Amino acid sequence: MKPVACLLLLSGFFIVLAALALLQSLGQIAAFVGAGFGVEAFGVALLVQAYRPAAKEQR
Amino acid sequence: MNPALCLFAILLVPFASAGLALIHQGLGRSRSAAHAMLGTLCALSVSAIVFVLFGSSWAGFTGAATHTFTAGGAHWDWLGAAPFFARGAGFDGTDAAGLERALPLCLEMFAAGLVATVPLSAGADRWRLAPICLSSALLAGIAYPLFTHWVWGGGWLAQLGANFGIAGFTDAGGAGAIQVVGGLAALSVAWIAGPRRGKFADDGMAAAIPGHNIVMVLFGCILALVGWTGLDSAASILFYGAGPQQVAGVAINAMLSAAGGCLAALAVTRSRYHKPDASLSANGWIAGLVAGSASCAMVSPVAAIFIGVIAGVLTTYTIEVFELHLRVDDPGGAVSVHALSGIWGLIALGIYGNFPGGTRAGHVLAQWVGICALIGFMLPLIHAGNLLLNRLSRFRVDDDGHRHGMDVRELGAGAYPEFVIHSDEFVPR
Repeated sequence: MKPVACLLLLSGFFIVLAALALLQSLGQIAAFVGAGFGVEAFGVALLVQAYRPAAKEQR
Repeated sequence: MNPALCLFAILLVPFASAGLALIHQGLGRSRSAAHAMLGTLCALSVSAIVFVLFGSSWAGFTGAATHTFTAGGAHWDWLGAAPFFARGAGFDGTDAAGLERALPLCLEMFAAGLVATVPLSAGADRWRLAPICLSSALLAGIAYPLFTHWVWGGGWLAQLGANFGIAGFTDAGGAGAIQVVGGLAALSVAWIAGPRRGKFADDGMAAAIPGHNIVMVLFGCILALVGWTGLDSAASILFYGAGPQQVAGVAINAMLSAAGGCLAALAVTRSRYHKPDASLSANGWIAGLVAGSASCAMVSPVAAIFIGVIAGVLTTYTIEVFELHLRVDDPGGAVSVHALSGIWGLIALGIYGNFPGGTRAGHVLAQWVGICALIGFMLPLIHAGNLLLNRLSRFRVDDDGHRHGMDVRELGAGAYPEFVIHSDEFVPR
């Protein structure tokens, strides 16, 4: 799950970069930046979830 | 630019690291206090050497050679290409333009140390010295210079306005380049090192492990204010052309943000627990400084107070969320204080900042692009680097270290050798 989460983080970032490179309108760029941020938030949530079971162990 | 004022401000920056060091050791256990302070010295030492020798090349400076590529009809300046080993920094005084290279190098070196100091808070009581040094090298050599170049070295984030017609990403005092990068590194360290022994019970309940010296924590807050004032002022002068009058505004805004954060945290804890919580109020103070540093020279005093208040409230609640719900053991609250408050500060700058040009929507969008770069690129970069380093040198101390404390395990002696518990016959009557 951790590699997938890291890939999601990078995917969100590249969505933002692609929007900057390919789109002209401020509204369109804003929509894709929002989408990229959403993908990143999903990646962070996955990372958090991936590390939670390890925290349950009595260490 | 006023070089004397700038140099004076730069020389205050180490006080920020000193303040954070006192906060870290005070919020940790007494049996790891010396280790916490030595860890800070190690982080500062490694980060200074690595940044000056290598990182400064990639951080670059405006006007220096850079690595660029072209995509979508725009030039993407993604990495500095200044000479390694700080060659050409103009220390000998023969080059008239050398001062403009030497001053940013000096500021960025101290700031690299601050970045490396932040994660120590999350790894308190269990993060070993060797991986502290390795992780500091990763931050000062790769992660911090990369983002610094993007923001302060004329990189693609700074040129968003010129290349893509929105507005340039702005970070006047390093809330993104220093605090969020350090806070994300803290999150990575907390994940990799795992919780302290006994922090979480089998049923998931978190045990309270109070800091051992709250007086040091509160003194560290005052020391940090001095350092933050210098950091915000120097960065505003060097990278955003602030004059002496604006520097006075920077100092006022830094104090107001810290005050707003501290009083907000104090009020929240007072209303929730019936008594103000000193450690959370200290975290609110630092959160106010962190959030305020993004916009230090660019907002009104009223906005600075508001930014600090929101940062203080946000920190108080998110520390609890991280500990109780996400089960992240972060003894100093570094993730909330530095990463989340830094992100809030960057957003607030877009909303309340007084910019000389560009639309409000364009500035808000540019700030979000920068935040996406921090979360989407810097977090996986730092975390992947830390995972590799953890294979090289295990972050987490062994069980003996947890039982005896980091001081005895790693340094061979405690911080307070005369502080022993006496039995009744030694108690004076």
